[in-house]
Amino acid sequence: MSIATTTLTDWKLRAGQSQGLLIAVAVFVAMFTLYITNHPAGLTVPVVTTAANKAVLLALVAMAQTLPVLTGGLDLSVGMIFVMTNCLASAIVGGEPWQVALGIVGVLLAGALAGFVNGAIVVYGRLQPIITTLATGAIYYGFALLIRPVPGGNVDGDLADFMTYTVFGETVPTSLLALLAAVLIIWLPFRHSVIGRGCYAIGSAEGAAYMSGVAIGRSKLAAYTLSGLLAGLAGLMLTFVTYSGEASAPIGGTYTLNSIAAVVIGGTSLYGGAGGAIGSIFGAFILRTIDDLLFVFDLPPLWQPLFQGVVLLGAVSLGAARVFRVKNRLELFN
Amino acid sequence: MTDQPTIESPFWQMQGITKRYGGVLALDDVDFTCQRGEIHAVLGENGAGKSTLIKITAGVVAPSAGRLVLEGRDIAFAGPQEADKAGIVCIFQELSLMPDLSVADNICMTAPPGRFGFINPRAQRRRAEALLARVGCADVNPLEQVKNLSLSRRQMVEIAKALGRNPRLLILDEATSALTAGDVEKVYGILRDLRRDGLAILYISHRMHEIAELADTCSVFRNGRHIETFEKGARSDNEIVRLMIGREYTQVYPPKPQREAPPAPALAIKNLSWSNRLNDVSLTVGKGEIVGLGGLDGQGQRELLLALFGVLRGVSGRVEIDGRPARIASPGAAKSERVRMALIPEDRKSEGLLLPMSVRDNIAMASIGRFTTKGLLGGLFIDRARQDAKVDDVIKRLAIKCGDPDSPVGTLSGGNQQKVVIAKWLMTEARVILLNDPTRGIDVGTKQEIYQLLRELADAGTAILFYTTDYDELIGCCDRVSIMYDGAILRELAGDAINEEQIVASALNIDFRPLPAEPEPGSPPCLEARA
Repeated sequence: MSIATTTLTDWKLRAGQSQGLLIAVAVFVAMFTLYITNHPAGLTVPVVTTAANKAVLLALVAMAQTLPVLTGGLDLSVGMIFVMTNCLASAIVGGEPWQVALGIVGVLLAGALAGFVNGAIVVYGRLQPIITTLATGAIYYGFALLIRPVPGGNVDGDLADFMTYTVFGETVPTSLLALLAAVLIIWLPFRHSVIGRGCYAIGSAEGAAYMSGVAIGRSKLAAYTLSGLLAGLAGLMLTFVTYSGEASAPIGGTYTLNSIAAVVIGGTSLYGGAGGAIGSIFGAFILRTIDDLLFVFDLPPLWQPLFQGVVLLGAVSLGAARVFRVKNRLELFN
Repeated sequence: MTDQPTIESPFWQMQGITKRYGGVLALDDVDFTCQRGEIHAVLGENGAGKSTLIKITAGVVAPSAGRLVLEGRDIAFAGPQEADKAGIVCIFQELSLMPDLSVADNICMTAPPGRFGFINPRAQRRRAEALLARVGCADVNPLEQVKNLSLSRRQMVEIAKALGRNPRLLILDEATSALTAGDVEKVYGILRDLRRDGLAILYISHRMHEIAELADTCSVFRNGRHIETFEKGARSDNEIVRLMIGREYTQVYPPKPQREAPPAPALAIKNLSWSNRLNDVSLTVGKGEIVGLGGLDGQGQRELLLALFGVLRGVSGRVEIDGRPARIASPGAAKSERVRMALIPEDRKSEGLLLPMSVRDNIAMASIGRFTTKGLLGGLFIDRARQDAKVDDVIKRLAIKCGDPDSPVGTLSGGNQQKVVIAKWLMTEARVILLNDPTRGIDVGTKQEIYQLLRELADAGTAILFYTTDYDELIGCCDRVSIMYDGAILRELAGDAINEEQIVASALNIDFRPLPAEPEPGSPPCLEARA
């Protein structure tokens, strides 16, 4: 086999394994093009920046959701960590530059700690992830209420403006760069680490992973902790967008459920073991663009949940095709 | 190192090893030694203790008593990782591969190449390619997901993965059963190379011709005891069969009826095939007959029962019930009035019982349709009074010991749980009963009652197809016995031919010749093994 054909088959294999991601990217590009061509202002920096600022929040929460899902779990607390760190940021990210820096570190650490607690309970308490994070999510929301009983607070104005505006001569939305940084600094290293590999292995076949000597506890703990960190980053970004903190249960709940939808639309299997955070980002973008499309086509926003549901159902159906290949019907129930 | 082991000390020794699972003695005071540079075959029938021996060696379970000695030094493993570090690598029968991950990911899962906790994908790929080439599978792309490979290729990836762990003692547990003939030859070549390199190899297989071809030493186990270890060629096949059997008969069986003519067939199976697991199986079970399914574990017996019960998809061949062709596409259809078939499943905890539900609800589960209310909304609601009356009759008939029939079935003993599963299907008044190893892990007393019950049912005209891993039951319970090998029926035994020698020899696919059976001088070892 020549080198050229080897590379070609390699690329074919890679494309086949990233089918979910590629479909999500294509759907997003199509939807976003439709949105831009029908937008009165067309493709301008302010239009893109507004869209980006909204989409990045869900994208980060969806990234956070991806990690536990890859291990075969589910995190119902990501939205609450998001709200909790928003409230915390509205209280401690302000004042002198060093205080702002310290505040940011504090917010991110709080998010990571919340994720670590989830992971520790799942790993050492051996409780089911769904029920664990349902409970801890309520606890984190409780902390949010304690910090911010009524909406308010403040955040460093200059920093907030910078993070929600543009850089490089007003061409690139800063929030997109923040998302890119999260991918480069958190996701990609994780994806190529032994621990990240362990998370995929656990999601694919936990027993086989154990028999292969994978450090199961450590891998899961890392997945949940990084998930908390990403949710904390999302909470920080929310504070920059709104200039305040609000302990809102509807926001937490909506973001949690939408993050699961984004993960699935992005091609990650809810059984775990296959997929990735990049897909989830595009899944989040797709969900957000539905909103914008309704706006430019003058449809009432009431239609939004309906369309979201249709897109989600379509994505799940693609993943369910395997059922038709099962030859032993007992396997359908495992 | 001052404590350098002497070269004379064997690589692996087990001394006085005993293992108990609850009340069951899986290994009983076993001494076992494995040397460097030898392929050591382990032989024994179902339940002889082979799997437990492997699991202890691979660090998966700890022995209840005894010493483990690695290169002359005492050792204890806390888990499979520690055995792995000592160079003991096991290729398990159930694959230890992760289906969603790539071949390269899987091969390098235990210790991926790279630095600071990050994986170097190029180095990983090179290592995977080298190992794949070594097992003669250079055509497998390391980027391919394991779930897209054929079963034979997956097993070869498993072997490549094991070799990548630099084993010093390699354990193969039925590792060739899924391989194609071409791949088997490759594995033989690899094993001979490894033996030359000084590895110790433990080889568990039920294929006598493989053992004749590969093994230097054979050890025979029986009932958890080490019976004998001998050099290649020191024993004939017939002698090996005798070493493997010889259990004491502890059960008492109800007498078998004497028949003048064969009964009319109630269940007739014609040319049944499925995937590569069932191969042209034909079989009849007469009215009032108990037909046993024998053979070593995993020769397609389970698949045959599942196929009959409508669980498998894509089954070819014909099934006739009382002479009429029956299309059974689901367990629901198998239960229908036309067919009236019942399957007592193998794993009562997952397929037989609804553990948190009550004894009564479990027993009624398969026949709820018979106890619906009559009248305007007939068929919609369950008539509890009628159901419970009928259920309580069955509980009495089978003497199921439960304090309160409304307590969860999970609180019952194993034997009583199994009786509940049987009771559930008795309620359907089935014409054909399929049993999948129903007496595994239950007490002797309950076993006795089950044998009695099966014979009563047969005498009342029920056709029974009875798969059991216990040869004793085949001999004591069954009017005829069919031995399966590799997805096909290899031999049918009836009358006096249903004896232990014939059953064990047939299960191993060798001809058993009655006495005298001295090995002929100069003849090849382990003869008569058929491919």
